[in-house]
Amino acid sequence: MTHQHTGGRASEPAAQIDGDAAAAFLSHEGRPESLRHAPGPYFGDYGGRWMPESLIAALDELQETFEAAKADPGFTAQVAELNATYAGRPSLLTEAKSFAAHAGGVRVFLKREDLNHTGSHKINNVLGQALLAKRMGKTRVIAETGAGQHGVASATAAALLGLECVVYMGAEDTRRQALNVARMQLLGAEVIPVTNGSQTLKDAINDALRDWVANVDTTHYLLGTAAGAHPFPAMVRYFHEVIGEEARTQILEQTGKLPDAVCACVGGGSNAIGIFHGFLDDPSVRLYGFEAGGDGVETGRHAATITLGRPGVLHGARSYLMQDEYGQTMESHSISAGLDYPGVGPEHAYLADIGRASYEPVTDREAMDAFKLLCRTEGIIPAIETAHALAGALKVGQRLAADLAPGEQASDKVIIVNLSGRGDKDVATAAEYFDLLPDDSAEQEIAQEGEQL
Amino acid sequence: MKTLSSKAAAAVEKARAEGRAALIGYLPAGFPDVPTTIEAALAMAANGVDLIEIGIPYSDPVMDGRVIQDATVQALAAGFTVPQIFDVVRDITSATDVPVLVMTYWNPVMRMGVREFAARLAEAGGAGLITPDLIPDEAAEWMAASDEFGLDRVYLVAPSTSPARMRSTVEASRGFVYGVSVMGITGARTSVGAAARAVVDDAHAAGAERVCVGLGVSSAAQVAEIARYADGVIVGTALVAALRDGGVPAVAALCKDLSTGTGKNPS
Repeated sequence: MTHQHTGGRASEPAAQIDGDAAAAFLSHEGRPESLRHAPGPYFGDYGGRWMPESLIAALDELQETFEAAKADPGFTAQVAELNATYAGRPSLLTEAKSFAAHAGGVRVFLKREDLNHTGSHKINNVLGQALLAKRMGKTRVIAETGAGQHGVASATAAALLGLECVVYMGAEDTRRQALNVARMQLLGAEVIPVTNGSQTLKDAINDALRDWVANVDTTHYLLGTAAGAHPFPAMVRYFHEVIGEEARTQILEQTGKLPDAVCACVGGGSNAIGIFHGFLDDPSVRLYGFEAGGDGVETGRHAATITLGRPGVLHGARSYLMQDEYGQTMESHSISAGLDYPGVGPEHAYLADIGRASYEPVTDREAMDAFKLLCRTEGIIPAIETAHALAGALKVGQRLAADLAPGEQASDKVIIVNLSGRGDKDVATAAEYFDLLPDDSAEQEIAQEGEQL
Repeated sequence: MKTLSSKAAAAVEKARAEGRAALIGYLPAGFPDVPTTIEAALAMAANGVDLIEIGIPYSDPVMDGRVIQDATVQALAAGFTVPQIFDVVRDITSATDVPVLVMTYWNPVMRMGVREFAARLAEAGGAGLITPDLIPDEAAEWMAASDEFGLDRVYLVAPSTSPARMRSTVEASRGFVYGVSVMGITGARTSVGAAARAVVDDAHAAGAERVCVGLGVSSAAQVAEIARYADGVIVGTALVAALRDGGVPAVAALCKDLSTGTGKNPS
């Protein structure tokens, strides 16, 4: 393998990359003609396989199976069929006219991944990976989950395709998310509470990896985001590319042109890379990833990995990482359990470094304001993860409206927001946040303890 | 596998010259505190251990089972920081001729800077590194730094390792090759199974002069079984549990017992 680990920029926030880097990218100076379908294992200095040797053979097997499947019309037809008849694709592209009034008057379109089966984009990836598991002859899948969304999606795919499913989940989360645990159990999955380390999502991934190394002959690790060791980042993106492809076609149909900006939330980054992918080679389309700013990046209580992290290795990939001065992983904080992860997918790290995509933090407060705004203006309850993208879109819209060329109207500008998930799971958190619960209700007691039902 | 000025190789060869397999003992630094780590390491050296392995506590030890996880979590909670590893290594190597390898997950090394880490380890008298989540494919910086500072680089091979990877990993290693006995994580097991022997045979066939077996070894009987075909035997979890439950005297007693199993031709 030939690659360089030069470290890239180390300290300056990606959000402040100057216009020169972006201009260099947009002119394709010294870069490949296309950024689409980047195969890995490396995305610039990021990605790779920082993994125990014991798992390399399994990663090789997965990579070979994935490459063969992509080239097999039977497999791609199977994925398309499940997407159409089970997941509910294509998802709608809905214009949010009342919400848009708060975004400087630009036009805002929502890519409705919330309308997919299981309520988020996660279904795209789990169906694809579960099919690959079957092609490899594996009978068991394992998955990690934080809020429970990927665990529920994995349990769903496993039930549909007849696979045994084990989900690792932080012990605290299993208690807070009792209803999501029940959903997984109803779907036939076993949920294992993780009591190791900080008992968070990253520790659930650690325990899933420990399970995988011991059971790799029968088991596929159904990783839930576009992170981890090669081929996971490129493979998870592949199964989510449908989001961007549909959105590009739909926006051209509905507006007759490409959007000015595409906005998505970024935890590990799977929904963002999925929708970005459709527009990577359209230089006029600005791409924005919104990270969880928690209480504010200045407080240290956040999950703004690209904004403030430094390159490092975690869970198999080199990428931006929230780590202390000694390389120990730091705990992340966000009102959104789905964004509460101290790492980020390596392709995002690369897109940040070359200036093709911009990453900015959104605080809990900004996200919850946008959450409420979408509920009130459009009749859509978004996931709190997604609310970060909505809050970012408000800022992007206001910037676009403030920077119009002579003769341009704000309504000439178009933003697509990836509405990655629905907010049913977040009702208890939101109700507590907005003080809607009676003081003595059971929901209030649960919501006060933390996160989403 | 290059042997040039390898402290780990010398330790294994010294044992071989005495008609036995090398005994390699692991403890994590800072558990329960730094002075005890040093005292326990010296107790290992005085009771039949040929090579000392000191682990750097890390937030995300994916190859470790519960016993070692708990010990390293405790060490971190007590305030252990990565640069203290050099003090630990220096204090051990200044008091014994038994060489010290450092076992570390890769991010702490990357964070400090691979070359700086290597320079400081060499300056402290360390023999080299065992790297459970670094494969040679990703190790260009470490290959260069370990050459520059004359450090051993112990990579792992596993029952799942392909013949091609076995050859390339053996070629990249210096000191010895770490044969993973089972598909799994660290932790005592009643049996290390037939896979361990196959790993050792495959590594030898791929050109490895020294192959040491670890993961799951906890008793003198297991040491004796592995010593028949491997060049060294690595014990970790059992020693950590001994230190946890019985302090330094328990570590010394366990090492003394384990060392009775290292003979190549037990009578």
